[in-house]
Amino acid sequence: MQVTSSVRQPLVTGGKTYHDVTHDVSRQVEGKPSLAWFLAFLTAAGVLALGAIALVATLWEGIGMWGLNKTIGWAWDITNFVWWVGIGHAGTLISAVLLLFRQKWRTSINRAAEAMTIFAVICAAMFPVIHMGRPWIGAYWALPLPNTFGSLWVNFNSPLLWDVFAISTYFSVSLVFWYIGLIPDFATIRDRATGLRKTIYGALSFGWDGAAKTWMRYESVSLILAGLATPLVLSVHTIVSFDFATSVIPGWHTTIFPPYFVAGAIFSGFAMVLTLMIITRKVFKLEDYITMGHIELMNIVIIITGSIVGIAYITEFFIAWYSGVEAEQYAFINRATGPYWWAYWSMMTCNVISPQLFWIKKIRTSIVATFILSLVVNIGMWFERFVIIVTSLHRDFLPSSWAMFYPTWADVGVYMFTFGLFFTLFFLFAKFFPVINMAEVKSVLKSSSEKAAK
Amino acid sequence: MKETKKTYWKGLEQLSNDPEFVKNADREFPELPSTLSEDGNASRRDFLKLMGFSLAAASLAACEAPVRKAIPYVNKPVDINPSIPNYYASTFASGGNYASIVVKTREGRPIKIDGNELSPINKGKVNAIVEASVLSLYDKERLTGPYLGGQKTDWSSLDAEVKSKLAAAGSVKVVANTILSPTTEKALQQFSDAFGAEVIMYDPLSNYGIAKASETYYGQAVVPSYFFDKAKTIVSFGADFLGSWISPIEFAGQYAKTRKISKENPVMSRHFQFESNLSLTGANADYRTPIKASQSGLAVLALYNMIASKAGASTVSAPAVEVAHLEKAANELWANRGASLVVSGSNDPNVQTVVHAINELLGNNGSTVDFGSPVNFRKGNDAEMNQFVTDLNAGRIGAVVFYNCNPVYDHPRGAEIAEGIGKARFSVATNMTMDETSSLVQAIAPDHHYLESWNDFEPKPGHFSLSQPTISPLFDTRQAQDSFLVWAGDNTSYYDFLQQSWESSLFTQIETGGEFQEFWDQSLYNGVLAIERESAVVSPVGDVAAAASAVARTYSADNSGAELVVYTKVAIGNGTFANNPWLQETPDPISKATWDNYLTVSQKWATENGVAMVEENTRKATINVNGKQLTVPVLIQPGQAEGTFGLALGYGRTKAGRVGNGVGVNAYELLDASAGFVNFDITSGVTVEVTADTYKIARTQTHQTFMGRENVIQEATLAEYKQDASAGRYKPEIYKEGEFVKPSKISLWKGHQYSQHHWGLAIDMNSCIGCSACSVACQVENNVAVVGKQEVLNRREMAWIRIDRYYSSDAAADDLDGLEKASENPEVTFQPMMCQQCNNAPCETVCPVAATTHSSEGLNQMTYNRCIGTRYCANNCPYKVRRFNWFKYHDNSQFAGVNVAQNDDLGKMVLNPDVTVRARGVMEKCSMCVQRIQAGKLEAKREKRKVKDGDINVACAVACPTDALVFGDMNDPESRISKLLKIEENTTSALKEVNEERAYHVLEEINVSPNVWYFTKIRNKDKNEA
Repeated sequence: MQVTSSVRQPLVTGGKTYHDVTHDVSRQVEGKPSLAWFLAFLTAAGVLALGAIALVATLWEGIGMWGLNKTIGWAWDITNFVWWVGIGHAGTLISAVLLLFRQKWRTSINRAAEAMTIFAVICAAMFPVIHMGRPWIGAYWALPLPNTFGSLWVNFNSPLLWDVFAISTYFSVSLVFWYIGLIPDFATIRDRATGLRKTIYGALSFGWDGAAKTWMRYESVSLILAGLATPLVLSVHTIVSFDFATSVIPGWHTTIFPPYFVAGAIFSGFAMVLTLMIITRKVFKLEDYITMGHIELMNIVIIITGSIVGIAYITEFFIAWYSGVEAEQYAFINRATGPYWWAYWSMMTCNVISPQLFWIKKIRTSIVATFILSLVVNIGMWFERFVIIVTSLHRDFLPSSWAMFYPTWADVGVYMFTFGLFFTLFFLFAKFFPVINMAEVKSVLKSSSEKAAK
Repeated sequence: MKETKKTYWKGLEQLSNDPEFVKNADREFPELPSTLSEDGNASRRDFLKLMGFSLAAASLAACEAPVRKAIPYVNKPVDINPSIPNYYASTFASGGNYASIVVKTREGRPIKIDGNELSPINKGKVNAIVEASVLSLYDKERLTGPYLGGQKTDWSSLDAEVKSKLAAAGSVKVVANTILSPTTEKALQQFSDAFGAEVIMYDPLSNYGIAKASETYYGQAVVPSYFFDKAKTIVSFGADFLGSWISPIEFAGQYAKTRKISKENPVMSRHFQFESNLSLTGANADYRTPIKASQSGLAVLALYNMIASKAGASTVSAPAVEVAHLEKAANELWANRGASLVVSGSNDPNVQTVVHAINELLGNNGSTVDFGSPVNFRKGNDAEMNQFVTDLNAGRIGAVVFYNCNPVYDHPRGAEIAEGIGKARFSVATNMTMDETSSLVQAIAPDHHYLESWNDFEPKPGHFSLSQPTISPLFDTRQAQDSFLVWAGDNTSYYDFLQQSWESSLFTQIETGGEFQEFWDQSLYNGVLAIERESAVVSPVGDVAAAASAVARTYSADNSGAELVVYTKVAIGNGTFANNPWLQETPDPISKATWDNYLTVSQKWATENGVAMVEENTRKATINVNGKQLTVPVLIQPGQAEGTFGLALGYGRTKAGRVGNGVGVNAYELLDASAGFVNFDITSGVTVEVTADTYKIARTQTHQTFMGRENVIQEATLAEYKQDASAGRYKPEIYKEGEFVKPSKISLWKGHQYSQHHWGLAIDMNSCIGCSACSVACQVENNVAVVGKQEVLNRREMAWIRIDRYYSSDAAADDLDGLEKASENPEVTFQPMMCQQCNNAPCETVCPVAATTHSSEGLNQMTYNRCIGTRYCANNCPYKVRRFNWFKYHDNSQFAGVNVAQNDDLGKMVLNPDVTVRARGVMEKCSMCVQRIQAGKLEAKREKRKVKDGDINVACAVACPTDALVFGDMNDPESRISKLLKIEENTTSALKEVNEERAYHVLEEINVSPNVWYFTKIRNKDKNEA
């Protein structure tokens, strides 16, 4: 189906055969974990345990453990929430949207990207719960459940409630999509395995038989789920942005937020995928599958989305000036020149200026530069959310209430907890699940590998 | 419910009227042998059956949870109905503070104090200290019984010891603050007669200078009555008459009358203030001139000379002094002679003599100043007290009785007194707590709290008020007057003594006749009694020349040294109630600082000395006053006169209790009593040095200016207002389909309809003086938690009503950095801010669980039970009035030291049972005292009538001494608020058309449509100038 021009770089390099693909990916699952993996896993689990102290302290003592105050009711909690949700965008975008657009290069990276999505969404979904003053009841009162409190119902006007629907939908669709994709690969591992492992992977592969009809169904389900997931890529961050856009606070009350948030989410998501992929291909020696071509393509996506957010930042300023609304104008001048100027300029540097370096081919195709810049972009995107949330809140309408936000150890600790959780899950995934979609890579092998073509 | 005619039978036997059934029908257990005693032939089996049943029944009954804390009344007391409050008239008096009050009690516990409207002095109003005094009743650090030699004892052994020691002591002195009670004085007279004792009165906030000056000038050592309401021009030299000077509640009420204006009556007083520190009063002045304390005497002299030359009287020689606005003040005083008033906060008798002379020249004596009807608030005599301290240290005093006073702490020579107490052969105190003084004496006979006591008061001649117990004594204490009577050998109880005293004196002076009991009951019911007294005309007998030359000698126009002006804060006052966390956490109206005193310095000094305040961070400085040294944090105070420093009294308590100990430094130590009076202005020997130590001052507001935002603060001058009643109003308009319309004309919302009531609040920024009585009243009424200094530093105070204080700035409107800096001598605006009860409430739409909703009467309601604490509502509140429970503030040892009203069993007695104590993790905010609204509606319903205007009032408005807050039903065309706002009639819509030109909504352009209206601030200035 796919015809690759001879001038194009092959998607999989190193002249891999079908067997090579199976072997290269499966041996990670089958072999003993390497020392590097152990060290990385223990580090992640250690961070998780340390962060858990902060989480428990917050749940035990109250939200007062954080640096929030009467003026700034959200800071790191919702910053982290939006940041993680943003990161969770790339996976679905890569697997669903690129599937629909028949972008074959996605096949090597979609598995890990989807896993990253799911773990990021898990980390994100924690914050709306733990940021509540009373999470033990809020965790289920925020759901539209039938109850015995009389005609007590949730408030469908509230963007926070929309968040609940958006995040839960996105999470469940992504999870199903990811798992369906895993089934043929689980079957491959099952077929190679013996003993207990065979039983476990056998159960996980849901009795996959590799029949043509099964493959056909698999393809259809993938397409349907891709179709379902695609609007979600746009809707989730749009709805998250409504938390701010529908409010009255200057700096939040902005109609540009939905597209700007979606672009920012893809931007940060791709950056995070790059960060993880560069490590994974190195550790698992998958350079032939995740090639420089992949990295370069993702870098191009980063230039585009980075430029979109840059334009959005400038547009906000223009609109603030053009609207003539005093509070709005002040909010933006305060962003750039107020007490949190450093956060604003960190954001501008990391998100707008640094991705422009990717116009230079040498940088775009350098592993080291890409790795560094992918980290820079994620730092920048964290600051973007911090700038929107904290600098808008800290000086709003009445100057009498203007205040500063200073994070406490618990703020840092809870953020660390999510990092620990994310990487613990990711390392477990990398060890026990096939990190590259073997079935789909094999489908592009014919067009890109000479040995396979024969 | 549908009426049902169905009958249920217990069985077929009942239906068929079986004779056996009918016989047993009234027995609960018909099958039990009931014939036990009838025939006397109970079988063993029957006996066992019965015994078994009884045993089972008894053990079942015993399973009931034992009653541990709540004990129901066996016989209900006559006046106590559960959930129905009782009100008792009483009186608060302490250290010169006086208020006739009404105490609200619930189930026998006093929980709230309001002003007594029958009182001609405080006219139903109170201040922060009076409001908060109810908590000191439940202070668990009060002494629980008498002490002798540091050991707890019983009253009879104490009495025996005291009597024998006093009898043998020789010279006995009773030291007290001003005693306002004529009957207490009688009791003390008996005591004095028995032991040859002498009573010495002093006041921590002394006004001895005025009395002394009156003695020199008028021949009577009195503090006159002042009538600010009759004054068209008010000139004050450092007298903080709205905050702490003599009788602030009374003066605030009078002053506010001259500041309320309307289109029909656009007249207001003009107020000049010449002072060093920016006081609450100075903040309200139309013209405020910062002057050095060393110049103040000369400024008074200069004013005298200006007035004298106009009056044709002889002037006095005085060094020239340059004081802005003084000439203008003189001209206006003269133009309004007879209706003007000059006051001075100085305690220097010479300065006060000149002030008396100025008022005399202006013909104010008898109109705005009345020496014929003096006040009794400050009877302290600095000279006598000074002599006492000297005598005490010389060992010339045999025994000393401290009657509810704490001179070791609050007298300038406190350290000497502490040393001298041991030199007296015997010492007794009646103080309620183990404070700095009582901890040094040999015997303590702790007095009742005033809410447990009987007493009478005579604040002014002919004005009487009573106090009565509102709870039976919590501890084994005894009223001090009883102690004095017992020690004097009189075993009459003070209650009887009081009644006898009234029967023999006051009852004979009234002409109503009738029974004494009736008179007594009526007086007690009213709380106050006024007897016409002839106001004598007092004419000067002295001369101003001597005083003037003394002033000219003592003061100088060009003192280059640093000067310290010691002042008093409205909440902490003289420090007596420093252990009251409500007062500690009440922000100072000017600096907005809590839990501290600090050195106020001018902006210029701060720049020169490299001190900058970023948020709450500051540096410490060492202040050296004639050899005494204190280290205090620095607070940069716009309006502080250059070269002067301010430091508040009332802090630095060492034995106040767990709340007040170690908060701030004690400024009394720096005062100087050597000139025969306590001098609060120290003009020589002062040096201030900044140290490297950093410090954090907990302020509730760290941004000082309003950034020129007209949608927040709208103000005009009187001249502008006279021309255009809507002067200063900012009227935003929004473009809609070819025209500009008011923001309220565009809305996504359908709008509410309020068919019954529509509650609203109108706030006059012109009469709000910033005194903070409202915020303490709210704290008491609504069980608002105290969070302590660290949490205030974390910007998490819980106040439901705050008073935003804004300084003006000299910067241009587009200079955003410049606008953050206050002027050197700024104009000050106070804006009480609480939940605006928006009709289009931004908080309501964003709550995911609908925990905050709109009522059918226009209120924005908060359902604590439903709140899950996302804080989205607080973020989306444009007024930032929502408060989150970051921690569990009640029953939490972390907060037990500050939030005493919600942590120990005793403190909890002060809680208002009508208001929930909020749990950790929920949002709270001003409810517009919804519990009071509900109570008022129920009351009206019970009486089968409509709610009348005035039936319901919110706690802040009740407390406000200037009537700046008016609450009411905006649907009722006859209500005060409807008339104030000039609401167009016959509308149940949420959007009321308001025709009052001064009324505005804060942040009108975002159209959240508040139910709280503000009235523009009008300054009586000729033109816009600082």
